[in-house]
Amino acid sequence: MSVWVIADQRNGALRKPAFEALSEGRRLADQLGTNMEAVLLGHNVEGLCNEIASYGADKVYLIDHELLASYNPPAYARAIGDLIKEKRPQIVLMGGTMTGRDLMPRVAARVGAGLAPDCIKLEIVDGKLKATRPAIAGKVRVEIGYKSDIQIAILRPNVFEKLEPNTSRSAEVEKVSLEPSDLDTKQKLVEFVSKETGRPELTEAETIVSGGRGMKAPENFAIIEELADLLGAAVGASRAAVDAGWRPQSDQVGQTGKTVSPNLYIAVGISGAIQHLAGMSSSKFIVAINKDPDAPIFNVADFGVVGDLFKVVPLLTEEIKKIEAQEG
Amino acid sequence: MKVVVFCKSVPDTETRVKLKDNRLDKSEIKYILNPYDEFAVEEAVRMKEAGKVDEVVAISMGPERAREALRSALAIGADRGILIKDDVLDGSDTYVTAKVLVKALEKDGAEYGMLLFGQQAIDGDTWHVPGQVAEMLGLPQAGSIIKLEVDPDAGKAVANRLVEGGEEVHEMSLPCVVTCRKGLNEPRYPSLPNIMKAKRKPIQDYSIADLDLSPEEVGKAGSFTEVLSYSLPPKKEAGRKVEGEPEEVVQALVKFLKEEIKVI
Ligand SMILES: Cc1cc2nc3c(=O)[nH]c(=O)nc-3n(C[C@H](O)[C@H](O)[C@H](O)COP(=O)(O)OP(=O)(O)OC[C@H]3O[C@@H](n4cnc5c(N)ncnc54)[C@H](O)[C@@H]3O)c2cc1C
Repeated sequence: MSVWVIADQRNGALRKPAFEALSEGRRLADQLGTNMEAVLLGHNVEGLCNEIASYGADKVYLIDHELLASYNPPAYARAIGDLIKEKRPQIVLMGGTMTGRDLMPRVAARVGAGLAPDCIKLEIVDGKLKATRPAIAGKVRVEIGYKSDIQIAILRPNVFEKLEPNTSRSAEVEKVSLEPSDLDTKQKLVEFVSKETGRPELTEAETIVSGGRGMKAPENFAIIEELADLLGAAVGASRAAVDAGWRPQSDQVGQTGKTVSPNLYIAVGISGAIQHLAGMSSSKFIVAINKDPDAPIFNVADFGVVGDLFKVVPLLTEEIKKIEAQEG
Repeated sequence: MKVVVFCKSVPDTETRVKLKDNRLDKSEIKYILNPYDEFAVEEAVRMKEAGKVDEVVAISMGPERAREALRSALAIGADRGILIKDDVLDGSDTYVTAKVLVKALEKDGAEYGMLLFGQQAIDGDTWHVPGQVAEMLGLPQAGSIIKLEVDPDAGKAVANRLVEGGEEVHEMSLPCVVTCRKGLNEPRYPSLPNIMKAKRKPIQDYSIADLDLSPEEVGKAGSFTEVLSYSLPPKKEAGRKVEGEPEEVVQALVKFLKEEIKVI
């Protein structure tokens, strides 16, 4: 009986949602009075075990194999699923990265266990897990209960609080071997096409500055980018801006784009269509800059500025620069 | 090569959700073909138009209204439909849904080259079923793709997954599972003649007895998870709105950012 966390790493670095999942796993394990154990997959990743321990893991199952060097859904699911079947943890968590959302359904099917995705709250009630998650584009909240002994949940990024790491902690490391199977050769990640911008990933960002059709032209996004860089923010876009070809698909926030939960979301020249709100209404604070006082975005904004974005945004950037210069 | 596209009937994106007796009040909801599934149907039909695929089969599990979702898929260009409909399916979780879909595939004859899904259905928003089906069948899978190249003769597909910071390019042997999203293609608006033609395309109905499943294996009884309750998300308090000269409104905004939420 223990709480497990699949510690998502890519290119030898643990990902932010993995820290959030480890922290939540620790909290649940404490509530249950049991151990929190992590599973680490990859190739030549043993060095990450200490960092995992510092987030509260009592033990790390290390599955290190060249087949696992990059994401391979069948192989990953087999490695994790078979270990779960053998050790039978009570709860298994993973952060909702694009790997987590893709992988855990396979794992749950392999194990034959209940799965709750995109969770924003986890509780222990009478010794069982209860998961709360948004559905229908955030318009309703659903509480999920489990009938299976093994209970699996995927955590929405940026929602669960990350613990302060304690580097004096250590964890037992158990190496688990992986026997190759025919299935593994059916799929291979042959290339990673990097589109790194140097800015944070939308789903993991503390702050997001998004632009919409009101930006009028792709080159005008320069003022959004300048503000974003000053705030250490990610840049997002409405569907209208993406469909116009002004921004890449990966920037789109909303029902057919990404769902984001930053601390601060600044919507610039975005009207606030219901499909856009679907992707960002769970932001902690929302600021809207729009020249139309009746734009629906103002209904969800904590702070709305009615005005011309081409005046307001550059002025805002200038003011923030002044403040930062003063504070050195 | 035959390919199968999975289609779900979901509430329109404009839907306002209401609750009644701790359940969704479905009385005023308008239903559509899940927008993510449209990308999957479009992709399958394009493969057929490119001569790579002989037949596109659309499968839906759902109540009678799911027939309309299948008709939408047929109007885009799918050749025939399968509707899995049974009162006892109500309350099925994603694991049961995947199990039922796998049974339907077996019943139809397993000679497919690719299974296409939408990345997610916009009601449940789980993203679960494709991966569960892929695992049950032991197939490779590429989720959330924005590019797909299929070579039926070589028995291979190459798909680009949109992930954090870039694209993962996966090479898979056929048959495989893909999940489709915006960025893959631009789904067509079906023409009126094609909508009319779709009405004459065949839709085969299956009950769970037809699929050799018993009521205990499906619905709430067969599921590993259950919905304990529904609630509406907490209402956001109406915020402030400032109007005026740019200098003034920006000062107010800076104050908000600095003093109230402390981000600068
Ligand atoms: C199935 C489906 C899925 C969808 N998915 C998404 C999705 O994922 N994400 C999404 O965003 N949308 C989505 N949409 C589209 C959505 O309905 C809206 O069309 C879209 O969000 C509008 O984008 P916008 O707000 O940028 O443009 P508009 O609605 O045109 O708004 C532009 C705004 O800019 C303001 N503006 C213009 N000039 C200025 C200026 N100089 N200064 C200040 N303000 C200015 C205007 O007042 C206006 O409010 C979807 C639609 C459907 C049907």
